[in-house]
Amino acid sequence: MAKIIVDGVEYEVDSDNNLLQECLSHGLDLPYFCWHPCMGSVGACRQCAVKQYKDADDEKGMLVMSCMTPATDGAIISIKDQQAVQMRERVIESLMTNHPHDCPVCEEGGECHLQDMTLMSGHNYRRYDKKKRTHRNQYLGPFISHEMNRCIACYRCVRYYDDYAGGTDLAAMASHNHVYFGRHQEGTLESEFSGNLVEVCPTGVFTDKVFSQRYSRKWDLQAAPSVCTGCAVGCNTTPGERYGELRRVVNRYNSEVNGYFLCDRGRFGFGYVNSAERLKVPVRQGDGQQEELDANEAHQLVQRLDGKIIGIGSPRASNESNFALRNLVGDDNFYAGVSAKQHAANQLILELHRDAAFHVPSVREIESCDAVLVLGEDVTNVAPRIALALRQSVRNKAKELAESANIPQWQDAAVRELAQEDRSPLAIFSNYASRLDDVASDTVVAGNQKLVKLGSAIAAELAGESASAGLDEAERELIGRVAQQLSSARRPLIVAGSSARSMELIKVGANIARALGKRSGNVIDFALLLPEVNSLGLSLLVQKDKDLSAALGVMESGAAKHCIVLENDLYRRAATSEVDAAIAGVDSLIVIDQLATPTSAKADIVLPATAFSEHEATYVNYEGRAQLSYQVHRNHSAARPAWRWLCENPAQQVEELVDRCAESVSAFKGIASLLPDLNSMIAGMRVPRQSHRYSGRTAMKAHVNVHEPKQAVDSDSVMSFSMEGIPASKDATVLGASWAPGWNSNQSISKFQDEINGKLKQEHCGELLLKDKQASGDFFNVTADQSDANNGLEVLPAYQIFGSDELSAHAPAIRERMTDAYLSLSPQDAEQLGLKHGQGAGIAGTDYVAIVCIREKIQPGTVAVYCGTEINPHDLPERIVLNANADIAERGIRGLIVSDLLEESY
Amino acid sequence: MVTNPLTKNIDMSRPPLDLNAYEAASGYQSLHKIAAGLSSDDVLQQVKDSGLKGRGGAGFPTGLKWSFVPRGEGSPKQKYLVVNADEMEPGTFKDRLLMEGDPHLLIEGMIVAAYAIGASVAYIFLRGEYVVAERALRKAIAEAKEKGYLGRDILGTGFDLEIILHTSAGRYICGEETALLNALEGKRANPRAKPPFPQVSGLWGKPTIVNNVETLCNLPGIIGYGNEWYHSLTKGKDHGTKLFGVSGKVKNPGCWELPLGTPIRELLEVRAGGMQDGVQLRGFLPGGGSTDFMLPEHLDLNLDYEEIGSVGSRLATGTMIILDDKTCPVGMVGNLMTFFSHESCGFCTPCRDGLPWVDQIFKDLEAGKGKESDLQVLLDHVDYMGPGKTFCALAPGATAPLGSGLKYFEDDFRRHISEGKCPYGN
Repeated sequence: MAKIIVDGVEYEVDSDNNLLQECLSHGLDLPYFCWHPCMGSVGACRQCAVKQYKDADDEKGMLVMSCMTPATDGAIISIKDQQAVQMRERVIESLMTNHPHDCPVCEEGGECHLQDMTLMSGHNYRRYDKKKRTHRNQYLGPFISHEMNRCIACYRCVRYYDDYAGGTDLAAMASHNHVYFGRHQEGTLESEFSGNLVEVCPTGVFTDKVFSQRYSRKWDLQAAPSVCTGCAVGCNTTPGERYGELRRVVNRYNSEVNGYFLCDRGRFGFGYVNSAERLKVPVRQGDGQQEELDANEAHQLVQRLDGKIIGIGSPRASNESNFALRNLVGDDNFYAGVSAKQHAANQLILELHRDAAFHVPSVREIESCDAVLVLGEDVTNVAPRIALALRQSVRNKAKELAESANIPQWQDAAVRELAQEDRSPLAIFSNYASRLDDVASDTVVAGNQKLVKLGSAIAAELAGESASAGLDEAERELIGRVAQQLSSARRPLIVAGSSARSMELIKVGANIARALGKRSGNVIDFALLLPEVNSLGLSLLVQKDKDLSAALGVMESGAAKHCIVLENDLYRRAATSEVDAAIAGVDSLIVIDQLATPTSAKADIVLPATAFSEHEATYVNYEGRAQLSYQVHRNHSAARPAWRWLCENPAQQVEELVDRCAESVSAFKGIASLLPDLNSMIAGMRVPRQSHRYSGRTAMKAHVNVHEPKQAVDSDSVMSFSMEGIPASKDATVLGASWAPGWNSNQSISKFQDEINGKLKQEHCGELLLKDKQASGDFFNVTADQSDANNGLEVLPAYQIFGSDELSAHAPAIRERMTDAYLSLSPQDAEQLGLKHGQGAGIAGTDYVAIVCIREKIQPGTVAVYCGTEINPHDLPERIVLNANADIAERGIRGLIVSDLLEESY
Repeated sequence: MVTNPLTKNIDMSRPPLDLNAYEAASGYQSLHKIAAGLSSDDVLQQVKDSGLKGRGGAGFPTGLKWSFVPRGEGSPKQKYLVVNADEMEPGTFKDRLLMEGDPHLLIEGMIVAAYAIGASVAYIFLRGEYVVAERALRKAIAEAKEKGYLGRDILGTGFDLEIILHTSAGRYICGEETALLNALEGKRANPRAKPPFPQVSGLWGKPTIVNNVETLCNLPGIIGYGNEWYHSLTKGKDHGTKLFGVSGKVKNPGCWELPLGTPIRELLEVRAGGMQDGVQLRGFLPGGGSTDFMLPEHLDLNLDYEEIGSVGSRLATGTMIILDDKTCPVGMVGNLMTFFSHESCGFCTPCRDGLPWVDQIFKDLEAGKGKESDLQVLLDHVDYMGPGKTFCALAPGATAPLGSGLKYFEDDFRRHISEGKCPYGN
């Protein structure tokens, strides 16, 4: 271990890091702006100056930028040296020459890295008495506000947005002190990860527009550690609430999952929680009448149902709610609330999860893979955070080159300049052009049949069998190249999943991974993507044959008297006619949900459920990682966590339910470890959800009652709805918003990491449930489906980050980015059918109309259908016939961001 | 023997020599030596031994710079030579003379350098405003290509070289070699972090040598006539001749090739004809806008890298800007500050935000709105923007006339404040 001396104190360091990173890892305060823990150094801001001495006899020393200086063994530096202190103060003085005096009205105030660093540097008196330069701001879409006058030109935004996240529409423009960070013209920021600008910007240039509309200071937000429910990745978040409204979601660091970044669905998709459409009271309905029920009465009603009851679970509901429903109706009567096809895929994925030949990698592990094959997945729109990780995986080549050129990995600009366009291989075989194609080494856009054929050929090639049958020259080359890249990689990765709705593709992925494993003798990384937050958790709770078709069959046959549907809209899961028939077959349909759905409209009893931020619950992500999400705030309506409607005890505590689940379902046995032990906490104190500076507690309800209301008691959790309790700085086992002395912004996270980019000191990264592996299986026998190619177009499912997820599609900000349902067609097919871009087209045999979207790379004979919120995908046959229809829906496809649109506008 | 190898073919009253005339004036000798078997190692050694130092301003030994390029087996196949012809240093017009007056000399120098480092592609990054030079170079490149001096397998040596002339969109910072590389790649012209140095990871991430026009123009002589001849040229410690320029209120402003080590007085009084009638020499910037002021008492020093360095300034580009006693030194420095602050690339804080403040103070001083406290701010900035504190040499360059100006002409600064106006009537 290398050692350095900082102001006379010796520290053990990793000499592969720079001085700044090591100082911060050791808890020393050293101000910085342009350096970012996961983007490395560029040396732009000159804020982190320290004095470095040649040796013990050197008294003069030399100023160096600590972020640009390696922490070499024996280095002697001083942070406290007067010249270094003065330099750091002058840099702030410089930055402040143009920074406005608008902290009191700036959204960043109170969690501003610039404020923190200004205080830390000691600069407080302004000598600059000249004019400040000013800029015009831009409209950047519904998510991000722009206030360029606050810019201190640290270049983090463009380094994040362009270099890290692959965006193309944000740039540094102009020069000297007029340098401007924005788009070439006003318009929506196109990247699916634009929201991270809010956290990457050290001051208030890029702020959360959704939050600004209902703004509150960080210190006034009630916050708790939460898990994003937008997809199956399970990113960790910190939602913040004030006055009973969820105000914003920010990233919560988890070293294994999301690190420092979220996607825009996760950040801006929470708005449905505050929706006026939320279900608030239990109702009995029928014949056009609605009757409100008393909550206790409604609870009793559920508990006293007579006759056979079946329960339909949900991948968007927590383990606890699904488990409670399962307990209520019995294991044999509990069904997965996902389509038969999805259920089968989930079960297959579960089987592969347990196969000793494979390892489903975490997001962080995905970043370290150096050759990737994506099979049939639109990762950006299905599991966005993983797409961001794949974008980093292609940089492993750059890291390798840098290592051989003796350039430290943290020299961000230098590593990028060295590698230029040299990337680790990423082959994407997909149904339509993906948003990762710009960094892909090979892309194939085709229908599933062809993808299965090509994938099988790769598996055969890797297994040493003849792979050339039925392939043309170019395809043979491609197969050989991809197989070679995967087999020569240090850590190859196969990405597959259920989104292409092809079991064969998953099996082909498994065959490729298995063949790779047999060659190398290694366990192969195999990322299996699932669509929803708790797809895997639900699959673990449901018997293998209990899919939705089975449930609908039982209902239609009249064999079940009652059906309880948990947080689910069956009209998104099965064909409309089947659901109609099934509902007609039961005496009573009870729906528990947050928002009204077509299913709840048909229910006899509707029970309001709390949303993700209103209850404590666990979810299992795509890799089998169970994570605990705390309640952030209370719901003041009659809504209850679904399990409280379903358990006999109406005050059922979630933690006890988690324990029961761990005891009774073997796959969940590790889950209880997620619960922090209240007894181990100091004197039984709880963890406050409100910050130490929470204001207005005695007055915020004064318009209702001038007397301070009693603080609500949370009997469920180790957290309290108050300011009092264990400060996070003493015990960060439960860390919502990070906060440390002198560090009010999200940069304070470094104070809670065991080292920069390491694990949080006391925090749980989640519990991997599928650790127990079974013996590895055999190759699947895959036969490509040979359906008749002459009859219509092969339907391929298309996804949108904004719109494909049911709940976030109700968030106002997300709605602004959504498009209507569209049909992606090849130019050839469109011409043949006489369809124009932007025109409506009817789907024969249905009442559905969608918009034609002509995309250059779509394989002729296929149509990628994005169903939006208006088409039930299960109503579509496998092949469809289209005809021109003039009815264009309201939103159209304006703002659709795909890489291969034939025409930019219509 | 030739004593003015850089300018011997230059006669601005006629168009530059075409290839045939250039060859007739014993041009392309070095290329023929290479064709006759001179190895790239030999060229490298000869340039090292010549003691040639870069003429762009920094004065780094050229051969040493070349030697950092990875050579031989296992080294990257593609390497680049880049000519820094983005001559934008205030007061500097020496490369322009070379390119407009004798373009084949540069091309011959480029062939030698590219051969020595194993580059098969060479770029000329030319200042956009140099349209006359552009025309001359395009013509010369075409002639050389036609003749087989450029292209594939030059004169049967197996050595390939393509020259690409790129005219800059124009920023002073492009003269910084790594910013130049970024600009060539189509990126923002921000300087790059060093290390890695361009010799290892330069243009498109490949080993790259960036040399100044004048540096390369020294090579045909060194290879053609040999080091013994080259070493005989100088009058001082550094080798060779150099272009020296004088601008300001002298009788005969211009640019001349003189041996290194020539006394400053000879340049100013003999070549430039001395000061114009009615004005006295007050001071001068010896090597362009980013060098420290020198005073009349320094006139007897020689034009030599070390000697100029001994009084705290730099020889740099060797083109001097004269300050006379009727011109306001505050105005002169302020003019430079306006230039430097405008040309900051905006990447690092001291330069981006320090220079505009300095510039604004000069504007206030000239407008009679200066304050006593402004002088302290200026002094603070000399330190704050100094070497080691900024990302590249632009702001430290700006502090050279600023710091030395404050030191030598403090009274003038104070009079601006106490009199509430510019004492020179600006």
